Amino acid sequence: MNKLAKEPTAPLTQELIIEGANCGSCVNKIEKALRNVQGVKDVEMNFAMRTVAISGTANISPLIKAIEAVGYKAKLNKQNSDNDLFDAKEIADQQYSEQLIRQMWIALGLGLPLMIYSVFGGAMTVETVLERSVWLSIGLVCLGIMYFSGKHFYISAWRSFLNHNANMDTLIALGTGTAWIYSMVVVTFPTVLPEMARHVYFEATAMIIGLINLGLALELKARGRTSEAIKRLVGLQPKTARVIRGEKEIDILIEQVIVDDILRVRPGEKIPVDGLVTQGYTSIDESMLTGEPMPVEKNEEDEVVAGTLNKSGSIQFRATRIGKDTALAQIIGMVKRAQNSKPPIGRLADTISAYFVPVIMIISIVSALLWLNFGPDPSLAFAVVSATTVLIIACPCALGLATPMSVMVGVGKAAEAGVLIRNGEALQASSKITAMILDKTGTITEGAPKVTDVIVVDNHYTENYILKVAASLESASEHPLAQAIVESAIEQGIDPEMVTSFHSIAGYGVKATFNNQKLLFGNHKLMLKNLIALNGYVAKAQELAAEAKTPMYLCINNKLAAIIAVADPIKADSIGAIQRLKNNNIRVVMLTGDNRATANAVAKKVGIDEVYSEVPPEEKAKKVEELQRQSEIVGMTGDGINDAPALALANVGFAIGTGTDVAIESADITLMRGSLHGLVDAISISKATLRNVKQNLFGAFIYNAAGVPFAAGIFYPFFGVLLNPVIAGVAMALSSLTVVTNANRLRLFKAQKR
Amino acid sequence: MMIVNILGVALIALIVWWFWLYKPVRTVVDKSEIIIEVNGGVYSPASIQVPANQPFSLKFLREDQSPCSETLLIPSLDVSEQLKLGEITQINFTNLTPGEYVFHCQMQMYRGVLLVVEENKS
Repeated sequence: MNKLAKEPTAPLTQELIIEGANCGSCVNKIEKALRNVQGVKDVEMNFAMRTVAISGTANISPLIKAIEAVGYKAKLNKQNSDNDLFDAKEIADQQYSEQLIRQMWIALGLGLPLMIYSVFGGAMTVETVLERSVWLSIGLVCLGIMYFSGKHFYISAWRSFLNHNANMDTLIALGTGTAWIYSMVVVTFPTVLPEMARHVYFEATAMIIGLINLGLALELKARGRTSEAIKRLVGLQPKTARVIRGEKEIDILIEQVIVDDILRVRPGEKIPVDGLVTQGYTSIDESMLTGEPMPVEKNEEDEVVAGTLNKSGSIQFRATRIGKDTALAQIIGMVKRAQNSKPPIGRLADTISAYFVPVIMIISIVSALLWLNFGPDPSLAFAVVSATTVLIIACPCALGLATPMSVMVGVGKAAEAGVLIRNGEALQASSKITAMILDKTGTITEGAPKVTDVIVVDNHYTENYILKVAASLESASEHPLAQAIVESAIEQGIDPEMVTSFHSIAGYGVKATFNNQKLLFGNHKLMLKNLIALNGYVAKAQELAAEAKTPMYLCINNKLAAIIAVADPIKADSIGAIQRLKNNNIRVVMLTGDNRATANAVAKKVGIDEVYSEVPPEEKAKKVEELQRQSEIVGMTGDGINDAPALALANVGFAIGTGTDVAIESADITLMRGSLHGLVDAISISKATLRNVKQNLFGAFIYNAAGVPFAAGIFYPFFGVLLNPVIAGVAMALSSLTVVTNANRLRLFKAQKR
Repeated sequence: MMIVNILGVALIALIVWWFWLYKPVRTVVDKSEIIIEVNGGVYSPASIQVPANQPFSLKFLREDQSPCSETLLIPSLDVSEQLKLGEITQINFTNLTPGEYVFHCQMQMYRGVLLVVEENKS
């Protein structure tokens, strides 16, 4: 199996898949056989799943031998990791592509010389016996080529037909088949056809098969590129992990890591699974997941995430989530699902493609009948050519590929920028957003308030003492602003102490006793209620409020002692991102539960004109509704927890994440990075993707709508031109390739410079 | 000429009947799983009937190299799976409500339908 699993001293759990176990009694037999193997600690078989979990230090091969000895087969249950899936897929695609190219050369080997011959005026007719026998042998060679190079078309067409289904292969099989059969009739029974119609089309059959194989091979390559983004994500997952077992450190396969394993990661290595740091200190580059370029500092108890890169220090951590549960695996899962979902704009194409092939078959028959009835001589030859060409030129593929290919690339591109798009609907809706509601706290601002000002009013006290009193008071409180004060005090080396008779007065503040001093700490209303003289300090407080700070009065023994201001700093790049939103002609609205003064001050700083303050969480959804009534397509950005109802109601809900904490359930789009730029990127990528989808759909519609009538010979009465079936083959091969290539252009999309 | 025209029209009628009007025979599943072969442009069986409110699994065995067969979608159930060539991809369902669930490939060239029916009606 692998070198690493042969490390004999590691107590670990391995899982084997058992084949041939059909009865309950097998379980005992297998478990017993395994228990007798040296180093096995415990064995547990899951009969329903036909797997057996073995813990201990045993090697894998004696385990398998033991099972085989009692008459069953076993193999290591290597979970099909996404990594393997992609490797296998790449190999399979490569092989298939080589096979298609081989088949193409063989088909072109006959088709090209024949075509050159006919282009340079060679006789494609059958008159003499010699000509008949030459053409007959060419016809038979052509049949061989149809078998060797085009077998897959015919088999698929036939099987679909039996299933009352028709696909692109049906069209190719019918088109090339018609041309060949007609040519064979010309060769074998020339007399049943009018003299002028005795023309062979073997070159068309061979050329078309060759060209379509070439088209498929190229398409396969181009398709591979569309999944580059997801491949990159999948590639982030390391294949091995270094676990600490007792005194030893050993490398094991990532699939064998279990929850609560202690793992070691050295500088320059990737984090193998999600976990909590138990020892050490380091900085970790999480940019591959969040798009955030700055490395993140990690201390003990901090979370580390699989796929991110350990930069500086060596750490030990405890595995908390493994396999499909890691954030990375969930992101991959979500991106994959989204890549295959369809925006509503693609539904029409779906409906059409469900009817497409039979309709083309009918058009082909109608066209043949029209030529037979009204066409000039040789009408039969014209009928055959037009029927064949219609079948060949029609391309349901281009129509079917138009949407999924672009969505695939667009969603992948977004994921690279740290933007997770839930599905095609979210993609389409966010490309149309006309109004964006931004929550203030945690969205525009950091969401972590800090003490900004301490104004000592009563000079009996020092600033340090004031902070100590305030922090002691607030350490008993659960208010978010309280936390800011406690943290600021601790930062300055001041330890909060216990207070007595603590009371929290909702909407006002807190009161308590400390050092035999009666303390009051809270807002203006609290002071009024307790009839505290504020003298001239109201103006000072208002001044602070105008700077988006929240002033709080501290009162000791019924006398104003200090004003402490707390503010939630605005994220460094919020101003730039909001400007970008406005440049996109999006109406930007700020919504907050905070007081009007603070809200207005923040709005002014970041350049938002429309502000709704003091909105309780339950009313945020109503604001969304209100904007929707003004026929806006509303995007709502919030933290995804408090704003869940508003996010759900909005046309597109954006949850702004903190790093790799993927709180994606309530949102249509998750921004893994805290920056609002992600929001603008999401909208830009959606717009670019939708534009790309439209180009593809338009191209595919026009191609089929123009190509099919042309092939049927609609221009013949006016210009005397009829499409050659080989040209139709080229066009058809190119059309789906064009769609895939156009979708690939999206890969070059770059978010606007900040 | 008349005969040819009649033949042509008959052929059209045949196409309409065969591809659109014909209702396929359903494969009724009474076990808890069914293997669906993905090969040569079709799912076989493509029309599957299962009883409601009962856990069962669809096992897709992909034998077709064509990239079209790679993705399996059941849009109404939010299922999107990549089928690995030559292997079985299992999709488990626990409690499906009665109804018709269409499954198809990315381009809808491969199509199938899963019909979930109340036990007593089947």
